[in-house]
Amino acid sequence: MSETLSETTAPSDINEDKKPGSSLAEGSFPAKGSFLAEYTPIAKDGLWSNNAVLVQMLGLCPLLAVSNSVINALGLGLATIAVLILSNMSISLIRNIVRPEIHLPVFVIIIASVVTAIELVIHAWFHELYLILGIFIPLIVTNCSIIARAEAFASKNTLGKAAFDGLMMGLGFTLVLVVLGAMREVIGLGTLLSNAHIMFGEGMQWLTIEVIPDYKGFLLAILPPGAFMGLAFLLALKNYFSLKKKA
Amino acid sequence: MSGTKAIDKSSLLHNMIISAALLAGFGGLGTALVVSTFELTKEQIEASEKANLLKNLNNILPAESYNNDLLASRLTVPADSLLGYDKPVTVYQAWKDKTPVAVAYPIVAHDGYNGDINLLITINVSGQISGVRVISHKETPGLGDKIDINKNPWILSFNGKSINNPKQKLWRVKKDGGVFDQFTGATITPRAVVKAVYRALDYYNANKQWLFLDQKSFDQKYHAAMRGE
Repeated sequence: MSETLSETTAPSDINEDKKPGSSLAEGSFPAKGSFLAEYTPIAKDGLWSNNAVLVQMLGLCPLLAVSNSVINALGLGLATIAVLILSNMSISLIRNIVRPEIHLPVFVIIIASVVTAIELVIHAWFHELYLILGIFIPLIVTNCSIIARAEAFASKNTLGKAAFDGLMMGLGFTLVLVVLGAMREVIGLGTLLSNAHIMFGEGMQWLTIEVIPDYKGFLLAILPPGAFMGLAFLLALKNYFSLKKKA
Repeated sequence: MSGTKAIDKSSLLHNMIISAALLAGFGGLGTALVVSTFELTKEQIEASEKANLLKNLNNILPAESYNNDLLASRLTVPADSLLGYDKPVTVYQAWKDKTPVAVAYPIVAHDGYNGDINLLITINVSGQISGVRVISHKETPGLGDKIDINKNPWILSFNGKSINNPKQKLWRVKKDGGVFDQFTGATITPRAVVKAVYRALDYYNANKQWLFLDQKSFDQKYHAAMRGE
């Protein structure tokens, strides 16, 4: 994953919120006109170089709590992507109306309304998923990466870019969530994609893979400490690749 | 914002009013979004809840064994410590034509390892358990959560049991001298479930004469009996 992503574009930066982990040049906007030149940096930022979890360290609360299986991770990831796209789009639309001094309260109102609306939709049409994700859907509101994107990106960029940034940031978050979920599920239970039928329907039972047959289970990986250790491992891996590239 | 002090003051007020109006406007907009989504999804949510309950019930009561509208044939019974609830409980009645088949009701075990274990039980009219399922629990993953049918078939060991089969003193986990398995590393969870299921049977046998009544006759007879008439 790292190789393909890091070779796609030359370093560029479109974000205000510089973090220590990001090694990109300051304030060099991509040349206007080229669609690719404008959108690839957004994708690269969201997925890798400014990843919500691995670099910005945002949204860790839901990440640690829901990453105990791939399906849970995927469910929360998809819900977060939906919230990020919708909140980024609405904030981009109103970016010229809202004055700086009321930015934050307005963004909070918008994000909270969008999350509540999405929760109701999941409750209505994906009932079983709702039963699994339960409390974590309303808690998407507390995912700092959403308000961070609203403030740092959506409030300064056009609708299309804001939506794309929401998608990419959400995908980056989901990617880490799913990888962590897979790690914990394999180590903890010896399976992958268990309960796939709850998300994809009864016909999808075959998706569940028993990675290690007759596995006794390793409880620590499923419990919260496993989440912290898994995340630490992923962070170390990401830093290793980043440092190696720099050297 | 530049100019004289007087202009600053009025423009400050002006700015405050605009900001307040904008904030109120977005508050209204957000509320409108939530209200309209709520209205749009209300019926679907209700239908999903019902479908989910019916699915849970049909897992422990074969759909072909009854032919009434299970969710409509319900009876609200007063709180009872045997059920574990301190609020009235809904009992669902299954009928085949005019013959009673089974009742289903929720029970709760408060003595799990980590909080309440909510269960749903169906008991045939003969007093035999048709099935038990865990609806929600917070037991330790990998240990106590084997009470969940998705993790372990253990919960099926109640099928066909009744209050006298096995005998009362055998209605325990094996570690306590009973017939039900416990799990390696987890005794408290299955013990709590076994006790709750036994209490549910106890409740059925104490109340079976009115569990198949309609609400009106139930209220009359039950309360008459409670008054000792």
